[in-house]
Amino acid sequence: MDQTIAPGGNQTMTVARHGRPRPGGPARTESARAGLSDALRAEWTKLRTVPGTAWILTVICVLTVAVGAATAAATRCGAGTRCAIDPTKVSLTGIEVGQAVVAVLAVLLISGEYSTGMIHTTFTAMPRRWMVLAAKAAVLTGVVLAPAVVAVAGSLAAGRLILTGNGITTAHGFAVVSLDHGPTVRAAAGSVVYLALIGLLSLGIATIVRDSAVATGAVLGMLYVPPIVALFLGGEPTWQRWIERYTPTNAGLAIVNTTGVHNMVISPWAGLGVLAAWAAAVLLAAGMLLRLRDA
Amino acid sequence: MTATITPYRSSQQAGRDGFAQLLHAEWTKFRTVRSWVIAMVIAVVLIDVVALLLTGGQVQCGSRSGVACLPHVPTGPGGEAVNDSYYLAAQPLAGDGSITVRVTSLTGSIENTGGFIPANGRQSPTRRGLVPWAKAGIIITGSTRPGSAYAAMMVTGNHGVHMQYDYTSDIVAMPGPVSAASPRWLRLSRSGNVITGYDSADGRHWTEVGTARLAGLTGTVQAGMFATSPLDFMPNLPSYAESGGGMSASVATGAFDDVDLRGGAPGGQWARRQVGANDANGPQAPPGIGFRQAGGRFTVTGSGDIGPVVAAGVNSDYVTGTLADHLVGLFFGLLTMIVIAAMFITVEYRRGLIRISLAASPRRGRLLAAKAVVIGLLTFLLGSAAVAVNVIVGSRIAHHSGIYVLPVGRLAEARVILGTGAMLAVASVLALSIGTVLRRSVASVAAVIVAIVLPYVLGVSGVLPATASEWILRVTPAAGFAIEQSVPQYQQVVGHYGPPDYFPLAPWSGFALLCTYAAIALGVAAYLLRHRDA
Repeated sequence: MDQTIAPGGNQTMTVARHGRPRPGGPARTESARAGLSDALRAEWTKLRTVPGTAWILTVICVLTVAVGAATAAATRCGAGTRCAIDPTKVSLTGIEVGQAVVAVLAVLLISGEYSTGMIHTTFTAMPRRWMVLAAKAAVLTGVVLAPAVVAVAGSLAAGRLILTGNGITTAHGFAVVSLDHGPTVRAAAGSVVYLALIGLLSLGIATIVRDSAVATGAVLGMLYVPPIVALFLGGEPTWQRWIERYTPTNAGLAIVNTTGVHNMVISPWAGLGVLAAWAAAVLLAAGMLLRLRDA
Repeated sequence: MTATITPYRSSQQAGRDGFAQLLHAEWTKFRTVRSWVIAMVIAVVLIDVVALLLTGGQVQCGSRSGVACLPHVPTGPGGEAVNDSYYLAAQPLAGDGSITVRVTSLTGSIENTGGFIPANGRQSPTRRGLVPWAKAGIIITGSTRPGSAYAAMMVTGNHGVHMQYDYTSDIVAMPGPVSAASPRWLRLSRSGNVITGYDSADGRHWTEVGTARLAGLTGTVQAGMFATSPLDFMPNLPSYAESGGGMSASVATGAFDDVDLRGGAPGGQWARRQVGANDANGPQAPPGIGFRQAGGRFTVTGSGDIGPVVAAGVNSDYVTGTLADHLVGLFFGLLTMIVIAAMFITVEYRRGLIRISLAASPRRGRLLAAKAVVIGLLTFLLGSAAVAVNVIVGSRIAHHSGIYVLPVGRLAEARVILGTGAMLAVASVLALSIGTVLRRSVASVAAVIVAIVLPYVLGVSGVLPATASEWILRVTPAAGFAIEQSVPQYQQVVGHYGPPDYFPLAPWSGFALLCTYAAIALGVAAYLLRHRDA
């Protein structure tokens, strides 16, 4: 019988099964091995009962919409001048900021367990570690998608309102932010997926790095340093092109463009694909390291 | 008999608890965490290696490449790189004297190149028009060798009358355009090496514009009429960002009469010549350049510029660079230092070490001060050393790959090196303070990176409109990056001024803003540390 599980493990398993702790209650012995649904419920419970989560999700929405709206408000095109304005892209500028919060949420999901030692309990309860990671990834995706949809929809609505007020209208030759416009729909849907993928990639990095501070530095560096390096490389198009094509954020954010798509170094969907490939590869490496390393 | 009870005394010497001991304790805490020491070393290596790896490309010019492409750029009296290319009609002036003219018109033409080629290609090769800083007027110059000391009064394309001297100095004078109906009288008078400029709208009532004391102006000088016109640059043209074009050559013609040269040889003739190569306008001089004389009326047509070369890449036909271009690795170092500085305090909270630290040093403000000094000094020393290697080795590599690094004085170079080190130190102290306030690693590291690095990304990447980009680099802690700027921005030179070469705030102002943020955070941290339970 698998009755040698540590008390902590028993507790967690009971929590996972019934959603409510039963102190002193008998452990379910008929299936000692927790399944994926148990893992999912455990992860969901852990995330749900941490007071910061609701705040973080709110911040994702508020920051993304606020930065997008502020950018739209600052966007003008003087009469008689030619401006290269992509209204959808302008409205979605807040993604640049919102993604940092998504990344922080992903880091907290795993490195919080390492810094408190909770990870030992988790792995005792669920010895199949890849399943823990899979459950975390699934819960994170679900939790990020909701505010991502709200943030993207809010940004586009605010952008449409403000840009129209600034004279960025079809009458002046600009594509209006509208869901009748194919590229806008693609950018909107793609942005939601983008945020979820950033979350997954960050989760993978944080799982590999483990320490919370280092993981935060690493994921935010991953988000923001390649665009800076690309800027410095103005004199060297080969390197610059490489960075714009193959780094997670530069490639992934290609999805928000609706004008001049043919002149871009990578097409929107291919860019999102690059990001997805990064997320998959890093999560795979993280899963392997989880198996190979001591917790 | 009364027993005397001797109180117990430890045989141990009482430890001293001065600030020096506290510093020593904090240094020991830092030094003995092996991963932090390794990370600091990696940070320094990253600052250098990333930058030096990425500055390897060779400039191509025709069939040549690399160092063979380096231009011969004249330098002005102040040591800065200058453009000194104009058409001049002058007479020698042996001693004191003056030159007075009336300018009746300034006209010009701009080549239809760059971003302005019409779709059918049938437009004429030039169009009439003036670039904003087309210049014509009078000049007193030490010699016609490029880079000589000079002072000039001029009418401009659309900035009115200006007095300029020694390339970098510019004084605004009478506004409005010049025309036959509203001509401009200009005068330069020389007394030794002091040149005074005057302007007038009627030739009777004169206004003193400014005085230039020119060190290089001794003996016989050249006084005369000149005209020049820099490249046309259209920053708003959408194709500019994509093609790197948007620049076209231009010429300007000034018409003069009532010319009065005093102090020159009697009956002297106007010697005409092109000063400086017409590099900035490509290998072929634009048509029409020269000097014409009909009775008392003169016209001078020229092309080029008299002024400083800027790194904004618009008034030179060669590849320019600045010291800041070598600092791309800085961000890797900055992120590493922010993480370590925040952990320097948050880890104490995580492990409960903070209670021992505070028991040992009950004056909590001093504990925080000791931590700030240790992390600040360490990041300053390591950062400055890394940046010094970058700047010195990077400039050499750039030179060999054919990039003309704009020359700056030793003082400016030292400011870039030590200032960037100081910026890393202040950012680290900010991270330490935020870590003390928030007490959590993830939140602290994220907050500092979002405060410093994210605004820089938003400000430089072009995702925001220009006004918002500028504003964000003026008010956020990212303003501190301004300390990297080695060459000044000139209002009299049109350019594409932007990071990493140019910042909206002056170097020390930007740095002071970052320091203000750090000081406020440190103050709040000290207050909270004292008033909260640990």
